[in-house]
Amino acid sequence: MQAETVLNGDVLVILRHPPHGSSWLREGLDAALVAAAFGQTVSLLFQGDGVLGLLQGQGPGPLGQKGSSATLDMLAMYDIESLFLDARSLARLGLSTESLQLPASPLEPPSIAELIAGHRLVLTF
Amino acid sequence: MRYALLVQGAPYSSQASHSALRFSEALLARGNRLVCVFFYHDGVYNAARLAAPPQDEPHLVDAWVRLNEKHGTQLQVCIAAALRRGLLDEREASRHGKSGHSVEPPFELTGLGQLIDLGLGVDRLVTFAP
Repeated sequence: MQAETVLNGDVLVILRHPPHGSSWLREGLDAALVAAAFGQTVSLLFQGDGVLGLLQGQGPGPLGQKGSSATLDMLAMYDIESLFLDARSLARLGLSTESLQLPASPLEPPSIAELIAGHRLVLTF
Repeated sequence: MRYALLVQGAPYSSQASHSALRFSEALLARGNRLVCVFFYHDGVYNAARLAAPPQDEPHLVDAWVRLNEKHGTQLQVCIAAALRRGLLDEREASRHGKSGHSVEPPFELTGLGQLIDLGLGVDRLVTFAP
């Protein structure tokens, strides 16, 4: 069925929630780290408010939540280097890629569809 | 076709469990196989053995157990998400010095690696989240 689709990874984790206020982003990143630890090629797509997770300085907050900064630092150690973000989400929040902690490739909707089609397993958080 | 479900919504808080159970019935009725339901995020509360809903509401925990008994569907719960939310089986309860346990078979505490294996091993992994 996907014979014509070029696979560019095993697992795509889509992150749509900000790093504070809920545990969605942290538990999504946990799933990505575990997939990588199990030898899968993992890509991340930050979409919607999820792009805030890539922003510099997302450390622990006064409420005791961990933020995303420390986990982003661990990605390279787990060989997770394919980072993508939804360009429209970033623009909607008035941000540019210069304010991000890690380089991520901005994608327009058609490329996002290709990215999703190019992975065997997609997990959405 | 071989299916697995990922449930991330708490029972009675969101539609996720209700929809997942109805989807299970539909896919089984069409002759598909439901290999496993994996509970993650707030979905781990679906495994709470002490759940006592009012009698005029569906008993979601029992519904999952019936799914296991009738169709052999595995019920796997992410251990990291479960422990921090107070969902412990007998072994974990004793390991953490707790006086009671809140998860029992056929629900099993397992690692996230199982979710990855599952997702790559079935034809379809369908997520139900709030």
